Amino acid sequence: MFGAVNALGEALVCQALHRGVKTQQRRREGPAAALLWQKPRSAAQQRHSVTAILSKMAGADGDDSLYPIAVLIDELRNEDVQLRLNSIKKLSTIALALGVERTRTELLPFLTDTIYDEDEVLLALAEQLGNFTMLVGGPEYVHCLLPPLESLATVEETVVRDKAVESLRKISQEHSPVDLEVHFEPLVKRLASGDWFTSRTSACGLFSVCYPRVSSTVKAEIRQHFRTLCSDDTPMVRRAAASKLGEFAKVLELDYVKSDIISLFTALASDEQDSVRLLAVEACVSIATLLPQEDLETLVMPTLRQAAEDKSWRVRYMVADKFSELQKAVGPEITKNDLVPAFQNLLKDCEAEVRAAAANKVKEFCENLPEDSREQIIMTHILPCVKELVSDTNQHVKSALASVIMGLSTILGKDNTIEHLLPLFLAQLKDECPEVRLNIISNLDCVNEVIGIRQLSQSLLPAIVELAEDAKWRVRLAIIEYMPLLAGQLGVEFFDEKLNTLCMAWLIDHVYAIREAATCNLMKLVEKFGAEWAQNTIVPKVLGMANDPNYLHRMTTLFCINALSEACGQDITTKQMLPVVLKMSNDQVANVRFNVAKSLQKIGPVLDSNALQTEVKPVLEKLATDTDMDVKYFAQEAISVLALA
Amino acid sequence: LHPLLHSPVHPLKKVDGFPRRSMRRARQRRSHSSSQFRYQSSQVELTPLPLLKDAPVAELHDLFCKKLQQCCVLFDFLDCVADLKGKEIKRAALNELVESVATSRGVLIEPLYPEAIKMISVNIFRTLPPSENPEFDPEEDEPTLEASWPHLQLVYEFFLRFLESPDFQPSMAKRYVDQKFVLQLLELFDSEDPREREYLKTILHRVYGKLLGLRAYIRKQINNIFLRFIYETEHFNGVAELLEILGSIINGFALPLKAEHKQFLVRVLIPLHTAKSLSIFHAQLAYCVVQFMEKDATVTEYIIRGLLKYWPKTCTQKEVMFLGEIEEILDVIEPSQFIRVQEPLFKQIAACISSPHFQVAERALYFWNNEYILSLIEENCQVILPLVFATLYRVSKEHWNQTIVSLIYNVLKTFMEMNSKLFDDLTASYKVEKQKEKQKTRHVLDDICSIIRHIIFHIVNMYRLGHLLNGSHHDSTHSLPCFKLKIVDTIGEETLKE
Repeated sequence: MFGAVNALGEALVCQALHRGVKTQQRRREGPAAALLWQKPRSAAQQRHSVTAILSKMAGADGDDSLYPIAVLIDELRNEDVQLRLNSIKKLSTIALALGVERTRTELLPFLTDTIYDEDEVLLALAEQLGNFTMLVGGPEYVHCLLPPLESLATVEETVVRDKAVESLRKISQEHSPVDLEVHFEPLVKRLASGDWFTSRTSACGLFSVCYPRVSSTVKAEIRQHFRTLCSDDTPMVRRAAASKLGEFAKVLELDYVKSDIISLFTALASDEQDSVRLLAVEACVSIATLLPQEDLETLVMPTLRQAAEDKSWRVRYMVADKFSELQKAVGPEITKNDLVPAFQNLLKDCEAEVRAAAANKVKEFCENLPEDSREQIIMTHILPCVKELVSDTNQHVKSALASVIMGLSTILGKDNTIEHLLPLFLAQLKDECPEVRLNIISNLDCVNEVIGIRQLSQSLLPAIVELAEDAKWRVRLAIIEYMPLLAGQLGVEFFDEKLNTLCMAWLIDHVYAIREAATCNLMKLVEKFGAEWAQNTIVPKVLGMANDPNYLHRMTTLFCINALSEACGQDITTKQMLPVVLKMSNDQVANVRFNVAKSLQKIGPVLDSNALQTEVKPVLEKLATDTDMDVKYFAQEAISVLALA
Repeated sequence: LHPLLHSPVHPLKKVDGFPRRSMRRARQRRSHSSSQFRYQSSQVELTPLPLLKDAPVAELHDLFCKKLQQCCVLFDFLDCVADLKGKEIKRAALNELVESVATSRGVLIEPLYPEAIKMISVNIFRTLPPSENPEFDPEEDEPTLEASWPHLQLVYEFFLRFLESPDFQPSMAKRYVDQKFVLQLLELFDSEDPREREYLKTILHRVYGKLLGLRAYIRKQINNIFLRFIYETEHFNGVAELLEILGSIINGFALPLKAEHKQFLVRVLIPLHTAKSLSIFHAQLAYCVVQFMEKDATVTEYIIRGLLKYWPKTCTQKEVMFLGEIEEILDVIEPSQFIRVQEPLFKQIAACISSPHFQVAERALYFWNNEYILSLIEENCQVILPLVFATLYRVSKEHWNQTIVSLIYNVLKTFMEMNSKLFDDLTASYKVEKQKEKQKTRHVLDDICSIIRHIIFHIVNMYRLGHLLNGSHHDSTHSLPCFKLKIVDTIGEETLKE
């Protein structure tokens, strides 16, 4: 009996799959028409029939194994995008239920032909198909997935296309070498010679995955196709080719890199559109890595020099942005002779964007200079430019520099740092832009290792104070986060003398995020300086706030206690903190009272059982009968967590 | 080197003892932007030349040429006081050139073409500087103005007069105004300065009109710019200007439309509607779309289905724009085409009417104030009324905004007058439907209740049975039946109230 029902169910699934054949045909009117003749969503009306029959059947016999699948398939055509999307996301379930055979013969052709849809649905489909190998019967049949992915790779929407290419790249690995030549490579060729730019763009990403695994004749064809796309007349395709040039070069034999890739690289690097040229800079890194040192000068350097002086700032920006990679790829000799002057120029570029990108690379560039001449190059060539950048007109440039400049001290050593870098640090600490000052302070550890922080403390303090009181709370938050680090480097005495008041002032900031960060900061300080220090310096002040008329400040006391109890240990917690907490259980503000309950729960584990039973328990029991619902709730929660019931 | 660093120190700066203040001022100055001058290695000292109008005829061309060469020198406008004399000389020369090309005949002889185009290229072609404000919003923010505008404007003016001069010979110009030139010209449309884009628009229009050989190329490159804008960067300042030019180009298309042009409509113009910054160029875009329809009515269905495909899902501001465009389209639609799209179209319009955003609903309801649209609706009342009736009826009862409610009453009244029989039928069936729905929900509730009662009955029975068989065994479920009963009671009450 079950068999019969199943057969009927399958028939209905079939019907669901093949419905819409009529509309398919109407849409095969050429590419433009196919795009726009959205299928009339008559499916919505029809679907009632299938689901109705199925539901009756399921209700009668209780066999509903195919029913959900029929619903899913129907939903692939529902009017509601969300339902279609959900159904597509469950495509693997549908495939699993249909079995490998029917997935190949029915589901995939259905998807290839009838899915014309919203980009969002197509995106989900493209992603799903990348993981479909096992569902169509394993590597042997993986090529069945190519037709739907091929049409998705020609879609206009970039996101969909990229996902389709990603899936194609994934399943290319699952093809046997023979299948790769019989099925995959022809697809790549078709895409590469498509009419509309979208398919040619997609093709660019597929060459490198099939090249290593095909015969030499096919290899020659692939190289030819790539060459053609590099000189395509739409810039979109040239951009795609340029962005894949490095990747493709990596899978090519060295001789072809020299003969083919270099000429393509040179051509793309002097393209009429800067958006193409800048992508060639990226490829330059990979190509230079592949070539032997002796060929670099003739094959790569002329192009790279030209890129560093390109008339478009976008290209120069790209060079600056990739400078460390380029430096590693071309090696120490060329760096000394060519890249140093190029880097100087980028640091002095007329566009702030370029200067900022170059400034970001100062430390890495100096680090990677050949050791024998490093110091001399930095002192005579780089440092003068850096000095100019310290007083740049653009704040992004200055803050980019400030984020790396401290790193130079480890490279230059103590004496040079004191003589040359220190004045720059000090100047940046006084910069009008808070971000610059913050970047300097956040990297203090580098300098600390070399010259100790004392050298800076004179200027440091005003800078910190100013940041600590900045009108923007995010700036205040940032400086709080560096406090533990600063405290560690400045030492207890300096801290007590100068910074302690600041840390306490943050506890009564009017922004909650600052108060919260301030409590966390105190905890870290106690971890650093120890419980004794806490007992003498901060605990009295924190506990003093328990009598503040402002309930927010009274709550801050509780938050501090939550954070500090563990670091302070049992003794301080029991003797000093607990009495204050317990006393606050009589606060007239309910928020304070339920925070007392929360605090007791938090510090309970630090207390001994005697204190818990004799002091905490009665208070919690009293709070559990509070008039306020929340107080009751948190008191009960504390009682059960601390097992006091 | 940065031009600011090289410029001679201004006397005022020397006495300024507040370096911070001067730095701040320097940054403010940067809000005018230009990256034109970096390749000027050595600054040439300009000396004034004799006036063109005083020159003897024999020397006129030679002097004209010299002035063109003089105007190839670029100046630093970021430093507004640098080389004032030179700037003035160039400005005067440009003014003279403009006037001479505009007024006197016979000036433009062949040898001047390359010189003129060179002067124009040197001045206007430059990589546009990075935007001062990376999140530049053309609707909200002030655009960054081109600092060198005092000269640049005159160069553009000269170029325009040059193209418009009765002496202008396309056959000579085409040797210099080539594809590369046009490509660079198109790239300039990304300029943030609206004054510059305005000039570019007029100039490109003239180039398109006079240099026939470049037409296909220009169209293709505009395509590329748009495609990049839609699918890659979403940023290009000159979309509106390019569309404006295209509007007049489309106007001149020959019939029947070439496949290339149809493709442009379907794959470029329609997808342009998806752009985030649609509001900036929507008027021009809608104009182009309507132009296409007026040329060839058969593209109507492509257009309407395309718009429906890209209909905004969350942005009500864009939805209002789409509705505006639909009205423009319906204003000129052929009745035969209307019939082909009325169903999906009015489904969408019904959806708009039920939008909680009153501007969307209002814009859709305004369609009924348009006489031509009203006549189309009337002709197809049998199809359209059933599509929108339920929505109208429901929204008239539910909408929060009184204006919408009264607009809907007017629409309903219009329909009633159009076809009272159909209207009455629909009202009746709507009420029956409503009634059914009510009953259905009641049935569902009843069903749920009876199912729960069954379950409870079973549980209670089992519970009793368990008690009888082995009292202690079912102790853990002791409280279960009572608890469930409590739920049933509340549901039962609600059902009764209904």
